[in-house]
Amino acid sequence: MRMRTMEISVGFLMLAGFLALVVLALNISGLSLADQTGGYKVYARFENIGGLTPRAKVSLSGVQIGQVTAIRLDPKLLMADVEMEIHSDVDYLSTDSSAQILTAGLLGEQYIGIVPGADEEMLKDGGRIRDTQSALVLEDLIGKFLFNKVSE
Amino acid sequence: MLDRIQRLGHRGLSRLAAYGRAGHILFQSIVARPEPATMFPLLLKQLYFVGVLSLIIIVVSGAFIGMVLGLQGYTILVDYGSEQAVGQMVALSLVRELAPVVTALLFAGRAGSALTAEIGLMKATEQLASLEMIGVDPLRRVIAPRFWAGFISMPLLTMIFAVVGVWGGAIVAVDWLGIYEGSFWANMQHSVDFRDDVLNGVIKSIVFGFVVTWIAVFEGYDCVPTSEGISQATTRTVVYSSLAVLGLDFILTALMFGEL
Repeated sequence: MRMRTMEISVGFLMLAGFLALVVLALNISGLSLADQTGGYKVYARFENIGGLTPRAKVSLSGVQIGQVTAIRLDPKLLMADVEMEIHSDVDYLSTDSSAQILTAGLLGEQYIGIVPGADEEMLKDGGRIRDTQSALVLEDLIGKFLFNKVSE
Repeated sequence: MLDRIQRLGHRGLSRLAAYGRAGHILFQSIVARPEPATMFPLLLKQLYFVGVLSLIIIVVSGAFIGMVLGLQGYTILVDYGSEQAVGQMVALSLVRELAPVVTALLFAGRAGSALTAEIGLMKATEQLASLEMIGVDPLRRVIAPRFWAGFISMPLLTMIFAVVGVWGGAIVAVDWLGIYEGSFWANMQHSVDFRDDVLNGVIKSIVFGFVVTWIAVFEGYDCVPTSEGISQATTRTVVYSSLAVLGLDFILTALMFGEL
């Protein structure tokens, strides 16, 4: 009898531990069990990416459609080359879409906003977005403002 | 002068010998000749004493630490108008740091000291010697199940601590202070990464479980077999394992999150 209660309580400890791992995975870190449908890679060059980091979201009209997977520096053009993965069910981005780096809230994280174009041809894996707009850098903005004040 | 140098040398040698004995215990009881069939009932009993009986202190302190984090995080973040980020703060600090470290410290105090005292008393009453006399290896019979029990129960307790802590933080932040529930959980899920944060926390707890139990069984097995020796060994277990946990935590954090 003593042995039995002991075994049962140890079993409960094990169960509670694994249950905790499942809660940590699903509820706290937001890991989803549904398999990712995968995506296709799209590239864009920016003059200045500000505080953009890998895993930042890529959104269209505010809805997340992918994420930034890598940021490299193009050694010839001296521009930042951003690689992003777009969900494969979003296959209606035309080749003349534009990408801009936006900020969530006043001091929030930075993300990429896609503005769709009107071309008939759609972006494919390895495609490149030509029309880009860099991140807003606060120091540049203040510098311009001061310069304008002085020249007035 | 020469006497002092001799004392220094003596101290260094005896310390080295102690490390050697600790390694010997570890190797003899864990690495060499494991026998799962005979060890399982013994392991079960130790899992009960080491794991199940530590559960209450882990759950209670986890809940309170999560609640305090929620309250403190809210009072700081509300100044910047970003009190929604409190979920992210509570979850990240618990999963990365507080759950493994506080669980290890509590575990050293609750279970480690008990292990040392038990093994030390077995040595003082010559139970270990008599086991050896009847041809049973005390390292395999006494040390190995206790070691495995600590090693297994530590990650389980850490994960329970983290979940209970987040739950406590959610109670304070959402139910009491009135942060919108959706943004609390969404911010948390957006910022906590399963591999980078959760699994690294679990790896930390596995390392801590290993170190704390090793120190506890070694100090018990190696103690001076008197009542005074046992009390000193128990103190040493708590002090050494707490120091080891805090020091290792810094090294592990630097390795895991240093380049972020």
